[in-house]
Amino acid sequence: MQGHRPQTMGWTPIPEAMTMEISRPSVTASQITALPSPCPCGVIKAEAFSLYYGQKVGVRNVSMEIYPCTVTAIIGPSGCGKSTFLRSINRMNDLIPGVRTEGRLLLDGHDIYDKRTNLVSLRQQVGMVFQRPNPFPKSIFDNVAYGPRLQGIRNRMQLQQIVEQSLRAAALWNEVKDGLNKSALALSGGQQQRLCIARALATRPRILLMDEPCSALDPIATGRIEDLIEQLKASYTIVIVTHNMQQAARISQWTAFFCLGELIEYDRTERIFSNPTNKQTEDYISGRFG
Amino acid sequence: MTIETKDHMALPVVAADRTYRPLYLTAREDLLGLVASWVGRCLLFAITSISILTVLLIFVFVIYQSIPFLQQYGLASFLCSTDWYPQADPPRFGALALIIGSAYVTIVSMAIAVPIGILAAVFLSEVVTHQIRNMVKPVIEVLAAIPSVAYGFFAIKALAPWMQEYLGIPTGANALNASLVLAIMALPTIISVSEDSISAVGRELREAAYSLGSTRLETTVKVVIPAAHSGIMAAVVLGTMRAIGETMVVWMAAGNANQIPSPWWDLTQSVRTMTATIAGEMGETAKGSTHYSALFAVSVVLLLMTSVLNVISNILLGRSLRPSYT
Repeated sequence: MQGHRPQTMGWTPIPEAMTMEISRPSVTASQITALPSPCPCGVIKAEAFSLYYGQKVGVRNVSMEIYPCTVTAIIGPSGCGKSTFLRSINRMNDLIPGVRTEGRLLLDGHDIYDKRTNLVSLRQQVGMVFQRPNPFPKSIFDNVAYGPRLQGIRNRMQLQQIVEQSLRAAALWNEVKDGLNKSALALSGGQQQRLCIARALATRPRILLMDEPCSALDPIATGRIEDLIEQLKASYTIVIVTHNMQQAARISQWTAFFCLGELIEYDRTERIFSNPTNKQTEDYISGRFG
Repeated sequence: MTIETKDHMALPVVAADRTYRPLYLTAREDLLGLVASWVGRCLLFAITSISILTVLLIFVFVIYQSIPFLQQYGLASFLCSTDWYPQADPPRFGALALIIGSAYVTIVSMAIAVPIGILAAVFLSEVVTHQIRNMVKPVIEVLAAIPSVAYGFFAIKALAPWMQEYLGIPTGANALNASLVLAIMALPTIISVSEDSISAVGRELREAAYSLGSTRLETTVKVVIPAAHSGIMAAVVLGTMRAIGETMVVWMAAGNANQIPSPWWDLTQSVRTMTATIAGEMGETAKGSTHYSALFAVSVVLLLMTSVLNVISNILLGRSLRPSYT
């Protein structure tokens, strides 16, 4: 993984202080080709974006704009490329050998797949929560402090402040505040997933990618994560892949329907679920297919 | 086959009466089953016990054989003196230099092998592609299949003259030579076992690390290696055991001078290990003599050292598997 660590910046509380300089360490003014969004959350724009695993199509010819400070759900049958699309936003697919892309995928007008892209900076700005909770085998504190420490924050007081804020933002603080030094692996699955969200938030991303974050959780834990997403959407652009259509309808403002690697329909969630224009979308949503 | 019921309705019935076995065991079958399971249990227990018993009996035998010597000579003078003169009159059996020699060679070889081994394992699992790893790893594992006498031969015929000629060391048979070869012998174990445990770290953890903005180096150092540390620890202990118990190479290459290295950092001095002493002198001693018994006392020390190592490794492994950290 190439990429140089950007210069350390002072850490400030999460939503208020997301000024442009802090949020965008590696992109200088001359590199920004489009106007930045007024909201500190990022705008993602795909322009005829395709991704191939060798000969296999991951996603093909996707053009869409993901709007800042909203929750965008990506739905579709298994193997339709929705996770692939999500993972190309923070270039997680780079870990798989033989991946190539076509078209452009822009974050605030900056091409993510430009070869000058600083992956460290990109991933600090685009946080990710995975399908299965994947806390590090470290203490709860060290899990959350992992990202800030990478950014060079060593001061214990400052780290404690970040950890507390992140855990509060992830609605986990009250459950773990007395045992921050306990192993993260001792938490329940739902707690672990909220810990992973806290860990992602501690890096101060502007965009949060969620790859079926509730698929390994029971309904109660799922409800908590959904409440959390509802709270977070004020300060973050959230893109969530889900198999659960009720969930997509409940939490998202925009919904994209993918099928066989292609974007079939992208519209406001109410319209997708009440009055879809495409037959395939309608079939999928009403359960006749997929 | 049908059954005629009262109202002449013919019910079809599966031909059961004679082909199904009765639901209850007869007393004889019951007894036979009991005996069979008991016999099987005993047989498996006996087979398992063979290995346990062998270890225990070796301990008992070695300790038993060393008792006459320890009674006659005393534990203190055995452990605290460096005079090992079994042929003198009266014979002197101070094993301190031998114990230190064993530890010295082992520590030096591990100082060489552990960093190289772990770095090679990281390289194989994290840097190169799977195809290259699958080609290279079997080659490294072949190193473990070379008999130790061949290593010894290499040490004394290739490494020793080279050291004398190019490094200006007076004798080629010295602690550095033995440690180098021991390190080479321990490397395949260390590389193989730690590579396995590093590769076993899940993709989820790596992805989590990358998604938080780690570089590959940070992912490896801060996440992958800590997650694999129990396996790496096991690899190091296995390598250490291999080095401490190795006989042929140290006998041929370490020079067999009965002395504590002084100054301690000078690796070009000859040393003598416990294993080499036992192997070298066992053939010349009369059964039941003090010297014979003294060699068994040396074995006891060696056994204790490896056992302690084993216990330490078990504690370390157990600790790393515990879910709670502080």
